[in-house]
Amino acid sequence: MDLTLTAEEQAFRDEVREWLAENHPGEPPAGGEDAQFEFARQWQRTLHEAGWAGISWPREYGGRGATLIEQAIFQEEMARAKAPRPANVLGLVMGGPVVIAHGTEEQKERFLEPILSAEEIWCQGFSEPGSGSDLASLKTRAVKEDGGWRITGQKVWTTYAHHAKWCMLLARSDPDAPKHKGLTYFILDMEQDEVEVRPLRQITGEAEFNELFIDGAWVPDENVIGGEGNGWAVAITTLMNERAGLGATAALGLQATLDDLIELAKRRGRAGDPLVRDRIARLKIAVEGLRLGALRSLTATMRVGIPGPEGSIAKLQWSAANQAMTELALELGGLEALRTDDSWSYRFLRSRANSIEGGTSDVLRNIVAERVLGLPKLR
Amino acid sequence: MEFGLSDEQQEIKATAREFLASRFTPAKVRELAESGSPYDDGLWREMCELGWPGIAIPERYGGQGLGVVELVILLEEMGYALAPSPFISNAYAGALIASAGSDEQRERWLPGIAAGTARGAAEFTNEGGPVVGAAKGSTVLALLTDGGPRIVPTADAELERIPVIDDTRAYFRVRAESGDPLPGDVAWARAAGAVALAAESVGLAARALDIATEYAKEREQFGRPIGAYQAVSHRLANMLWAVEEARSLTYYAAWCADADPEALPLAASMAKARASDAACSVTHDAIQTLGGIGFTWEHDIHFFLKRARVSAQLMGTAAEHRERVASLVGL
Repeated sequence: MDLTLTAEEQAFRDEVREWLAENHPGEPPAGGEDAQFEFARQWQRTLHEAGWAGISWPREYGGRGATLIEQAIFQEEMARAKAPRPANVLGLVMGGPVVIAHGTEEQKERFLEPILSAEEIWCQGFSEPGSGSDLASLKTRAVKEDGGWRITGQKVWTTYAHHAKWCMLLARSDPDAPKHKGLTYFILDMEQDEVEVRPLRQITGEAEFNELFIDGAWVPDENVIGGEGNGWAVAITTLMNERAGLGATAALGLQATLDDLIELAKRRGRAGDPLVRDRIARLKIAVEGLRLGALRSLTATMRVGIPGPEGSIAKLQWSAANQAMTELALELGGLEALRTDDSWSYRFLRSRANSIEGGTSDVLRNIVAERVLGLPKLR
Repeated sequence: MEFGLSDEQQEIKATAREFLASRFTPAKVRELAESGSPYDDGLWREMCELGWPGIAIPERYGGQGLGVVELVILLEEMGYALAPSPFISNAYAGALIASAGSDEQRERWLPGIAAGTARGAAEFTNEGGPVVGAAKGSTVLALLTDGGPRIVPTADAELERIPVIDDTRAYFRVRAESGDPLPGDVAWARAAGAVALAAESVGLAARALDIATEYAKEREQFGRPIGAYQAVSHRLANMLWAVEEARSLTYYAAWCADADPEALPLAASMAKARASDAACSVTHDAIQTLGGIGFTWEHDIHFFLKRARVSAQLMGTAAEHRERVASLVGL
């Protein structure tokens, strides 16, 4: 057990820190969402040219082949420098790793480089209005035709759809097979008339997500990933990538929110209130519990390939802590914090999704119960 | 960076798990608890032969010269077995004397503490006077309050057993007129002691979770195992959350005690607060999961509940430690 960085890890951290100091793109531009997205796209190009875009990807595919610890260090330095997120997050975290794991050589050749350079943005078409937690029940149909597939259906909670060139799409290719067996994983070209993107307005008033209406869109055979009928296994890879990267970086964001909360308590004259002090101490313990569990998980994953039981609770810890922090901020902040132009009112409203997005807390508890504790399934 | 046990540490853990499971069987723990005199001299001698009492005491005083991490590994396993033993009180006395004692005090007392042949015992809390674990049968007491940090030969003190609900440990109120002051700062040892007790609480919570989980797999109602119902399985998932969070914080604090003492005050308070709460909530939830059988004297779970509750009052309550956390984060 040694929580200090090795000489190599320190050298890596110094390299990242120096590079970020010299190449930080500054504040995002004022103006519309399109201008901001272009800014993020340019930032990713800068990252890619220096070899930082696909930091976890193997070197042979244009990545850096960084260890999990190095990835955590990189994310920590990005957070410390308050550097913006790259534009093509879903491509980097999910799309690319899936193509690397399940794609053919031709697919790797075709798709990977434009993901890294942010030339082609990726989005994810998994959830449907009738299929949220029970994803495998999805109904979007894929019908085989000569040379490809004809897709019809509706997807929801699709981030970046209006910027995306490609959509990671899960559709039912065999309606007669058992529900997990009849799915295929497609890479759908978003630039066709049969795909309509509509923004989905959320309780914050903004539209981070979209709905997709797909009416007979075309996917050629060469854009099937992992073979017909294997969509569920391929999709699980994406979801695992989504969850694995979460813990260590999420704790950094929570610590920043906690710092803001402590400032708020002081400004509102509540820093001496024993109830407030107790609640903030609980939140500090929760943040550190998440951070340290994530580090244990990293070590376990590097040693034996899978995280220990502590890894399975990271998302539960994160969503509970973030929600509790924003709730306390509203109690401390009074009507001022509830103003529509105050950041706490936004953060509070946005946090309500934390226990739903990327696996609801209810389903995650089922997973902990079944896979970690080995309890029998209800179904 | 590596946040996991080394090969040597894993070996200590495996040896401890095996030894404790074979010696402190549920029947043996019950027998000791019900006897009114929870410590078994033969089992203590066996622990001494393994070198456990001196695990974190410097080699020049006959110890193994290992750290708080190794101490915490042993204590987590002792909590898991709910082993009645003077171990933690002796280890805490050793830490106080080793870190805050004079050379003369160390040379006089540490060899006996490290060998386990002349046990030390230390103050767990103060309620109407210092309260010391396993004071009877010890040679020397390390006291912290009612006159400041000091050493008192047990023969010079008046001991009164306090009958608290935890029968797996013996607690004594101590009256001692004088004593030999500890010249050094006891802050490090107090924090390390709190981490040691946190580790024991993590271990007992982990065991309570295992007991409840096994029961939920076997016990059937309405035609299926109760663990299939989400009202039960989600409670068990929350119990795992509490155990793992407390474990991460406790191992980190132990590492701080050995390698990053400046970070120890905050780390130790976070660990003790979380582990106390986890041990209480997990033992409560274990009883709820067990249902009626969990409320009987016949089932072992109540021994875990009682140890958890008493430990939560020792070496700083969760609320007291959270108050320290609040101060240390700038409130």
